[in-house]
Amino acid sequence: MEWDWEFVRQIFPTLLQGVKITILATILGSVLAAVVGLGIALLRRSPSRWISRTTGFIAEFIRGTPLLVQLYFIFYVLPDIGILLPPLVAGVIGLGLHYGTYTAEVYRAGIDNVARGQWEAAKACNLNPRQTWTHIILPQALPPMIPALANYFIAMFKETPLLSAITVLELMNQAKSVANSSYRYIEPMTLVGAFFLVISLFSVVLLRWLERRYGRIEQ
Amino acid sequence: MTDWSGYIGLILQGALVTIELTILGSALALVMAFLAGMGRLSRFFAVRALATAYIEFFRGTSIFVQLFWAYFVLPFFGVSLTPLQAGVLALGLNVGAYGAEVVRGAIKSVGKEQYEACVALNLGRWQTMRHIVLPQALLVMLPTFGNNAIELLKATAVVSLISLTDMTFQAQVVRAQTGNTLVPFSTILFLYFIMALAISYGMRALERRMARGLDGVRTA
Repeated sequence: MEWDWEFVRQIFPTLLQGVKITILATILGSVLAAVVGLGIALLRRSPSRWISRTTGFIAEFIRGTPLLVQLYFIFYVLPDIGILLPPLVAGVIGLGLHYGTYTAEVYRAGIDNVARGQWEAAKACNLNPRQTWTHIILPQALPPMIPALANYFIAMFKETPLLSAITVLELMNQAKSVANSSYRYIEPMTLVGAFFLVISLFSVVLLRWLERRYGRIEQ
Repeated sequence: MTDWSGYIGLILQGALVTIELTILGSALALVMAFLAGMGRLSRFFAVRALATAYIEFFRGTSIFVQLFWAYFVLPFFGVSLTPLQAGVLALGLNVGAYGAEVVRGAIKSVGKEQYEACVALNLGRWQTMRHIVLPQALLVMLPTFGNNAIELLKATAVVSLISLTDMTFQAQVVRAQTGNTLVPFSTILFLYFIMALAISYGMRALERRMARGLDGVRTA
């Protein structure tokens, strides 16, 4: 079978529609992952042993099981208890929860990296915990985390094709449906691969820049 | 009430396929990781370029796309793979690319004085690698390799989409036959988690085993 440019031109608009959904899912998933990660990181530092242990276990469990199965779980099991989610919402929740457990580790490292003296100084200035976090700890902890967070968001972007398994019409699903109706797999599949490759090569440049701009988290 | 015993058997059969894929995929990934990781440190530009291209390509596209490409597009080039072969190939090459960076980082983390000592002792390049650098680098690689193996285990779920009867596929079968969603999916989530725990405990044991005799050598 030969590569057919005419066919490529034909399917391009359809694939482009998929790209939009892919990007939308990535952005929403990233926002959710950033929030969930911060939540997990803060809960794990809770003075209550019970809360921190439970959160730790749940995060560990989510990180140790496949995203695909989690997506199935959200998409197929939740409707049984009356929570009916549209595919895209289910997909974004799955991505956000799964990557939230990864970003939680980034937050943890970033927060641990704030020098002890800062905590003591906050206490000496009679700041309450809320003020300590919002005015002292997070402003110092967040910038060095940006490159590592961006790294996970790019990883999430590459996982979005999984959403096709729960019928989200993103790029991979569009390519599959085009391929199934025309019996031509070479062009759609290769275009999808090329699209992800190009974006991630660009994102490497972006990451380098972020690392220069915000610095790396020392391990 | 549904009789679950038959369905549990089905899921356990799937678990065997998942384990098989994980082991075969990890084996291929390990080979590729060392080939590409050391290739990136090669003296020869062509080898370095080839290794870099491999790593960037497989890290740049997702495992899912690679798997579909291997299963649906390769036949048009005359290479027909069974789902299991396509799965092992895609998983191994993908995780191998991530592993390659680990190998490279670990080898570079071995101190310069170690190399100088090897030169002073008149060891050849191969001897230096085999007896001095790798034994130290291997210990640095192990924890990350453990994480990579868990990533590979999780990625095996994707092969269910090319009709390989792994655990996730069997759970879908059970769902289709019984109409129950909670039991099959909870069961396999639990099983995946147990497997991930097994890998991480195994890796930690291996690390302790390999660290023996290196006490006091590593300062970091």
